Amino acid sequence: MTFNRRQVFGLTAGAAAFLAVAPRISFAATEDTEAAIKAFTGGAEPVEGTITLDTPEIAENGNTVPVGVSVESPMTADNYVESVLILAEGNPSPAVATFHFTALSGAAEAKTRIRLAKTQNVIAVAKMNDGSTFIDRKEVKVTIGGCGG
Amino acid sequence: MATPKPRVKVPKKASKGEVITIKTLISHPMESGQRKDKEGNLIPRQIINTFKCEFDGQLVFECDMDPAVSANPYMEFNAKVENSGTFKFTWVDDDGSIYESENKITVE
Amino acid sequence: MARSYKLSIAAGAAFVLGAQCAAIAGGPSDDKLVIDEEMEIMTRVAPPEGHPLDEVISGWHYRTEETRDLEADSFQNPGMLYVERGEEIWNTVEGDAGKSCASCHGDGEEFLKGIGANYPKWNAKAGKPFNIELQINACREENMQAKPYKFDAADQKALTTFIKHQSFGMPVEVDLTEGDMKAWWDKGEELYYTRTGQLNLSCATCHEDYNGNYIRADHLSQGNVNGFPTYRLKQSAMVSLHNRFRGCIRDTRAAFPPAFSDDLMALEVYVTWRGTGLAVETPAVRQ
Repeated sequence: MTFNRRQVFGLTAGAAAFLAVAPRISFAATEDTEAAIKAFTGGAEPVEGTITLDTPEIAENGNTVPVGVSVESPMTADNYVESVLILAEGNPSPAVATFHFTALSGAAEAKTRIRLAKTQNVIAVAKMNDGSTFIDRKEVKVTIGGCGG
Repeated sequence: MATPKPRVKVPKKASKGEVITIKTLISHPMESGQRKDKEGNLIPRQIINTFKCEFDGQLVFECDMDPAVSANPYMEFNAKVENSGTFKFTWVDDDGSIYESENKITVE
Repeated sequence: MARSYKLSIAAGAAFVLGAQCAAIAGGPSDDKLVIDEEMEIMTRVAPPEGHPLDEVISGWHYRTEETRDLEADSFQNPGMLYVERGEEIWNTVEGDAGKSCASCHGDGEEFLKGIGANYPKWNAKAGKPFNIELQINACREENMQAKPYKFDAADQKALTTFIKHQSFGMPVEVDLTEGDMKAWWDKGEELYYTRTGQLNLSCATCHEDYNGNYIRADHLSQGNVNGFPTYRLKQSAMVSLHNRFRGCIRDTRAAFPPAFSDDLMALEVYVTWRGTGLAVETPAVRQ
């Protein structure tokens, strides 16, 4: 079996396409991130604390990175977390997911797995039912593989 | 692609007012719309864009997903249960398909 | 005073950094693989006679904590989605004979217990070792009168994963006394130690001489195959053994043999033997 250059690119298309575009637009992505935060908070500057973002320091592969958020809140009918926005600053598009909670959630906690194009900051912003907003940020180092990359 | 099949883990029993943990997983490639095929053409985006958990018709938890959620999306969250009832889980695909699962819980 | 305080912080930081590096470079993790906090899996065993290493260690130990945790939770492990899909295929009628796997073999979970742990296996009719994929294709053609799966078809990977998973936790053991298995083992051993490609690497270079070290950011394992087909985070899908063989050979920048070719079957016999005694982990989770 012969193996030409085109096929090499084809085989790694997933990772390569994702990674190749990221550095070029990273500046724009940061602006996008700021815009997404503002849109979510209604223009307010979110405060640090109350929300905790849990991410690995080093992700073995950027395609599947576990992330978790938890927000301190009694989660009662008149005092609860409405939603949490997850952003990845260095991805081609920073939007990752938005969790919506209710008093029936019992606790404002959620976990999922996400894609990160490269080493970057992951951001979580919480919005409470009284309109106040909180933020946490964690850097995740995304490693590249062995000789195959 | 075989029809996406959800997996859900909900305790069968709980005590009144308990906050339980729910885990869900569904098979889905979550095609991001950023990858290219062998000919260099962009593969169109097709993801599950919404996940919802309801208990006896009332919303418990919802998630809007973007293409940065990994393939075979996993969700872990909580629910406070006051009485026996049925959890309904719904996943909405970009192509309009809806995948569902229902789990009963007994509260003692 | 202020100055010495700063110095001691710097010394402390250096110590912490040093300790972290030691932890990272220190070979396999000391963790134990316990599935759902209930079932302990044999991931470190004494080698079979004639094995070049002192201890046979599962690739699970070389992954980060997050990846190890994912495999230890049978609900979260995305590979289990493919086990479920494989069971559906087992029970689905296909081909002109109007049969499914279950038509002849009955309940998959019952019939298949322990079978996958002993593959590859000598096949007298074909005169060569068969892995699970070849056995499935032979069954499809001869008994179901269905088309054989193309290499790495989604259904081939899911069915193989289901079959192998029915030996979950059971020790890997290949029977080298049957037919010409020993000759295939010899050929596999020769290939294992043959350097190939522009990078001039053999399997042994990475997985015997340098396991526990890093090749760029990748923590090199012993290259055992007890977890295949394995859920790889990179592909976010099941990866077959021959796909991984070909990927490894490609990465040495060599031309790589076709799946299920004699070369790769010989390599499968030999490499499977190197993991003798390790528990079947299918579907394992790797980076």
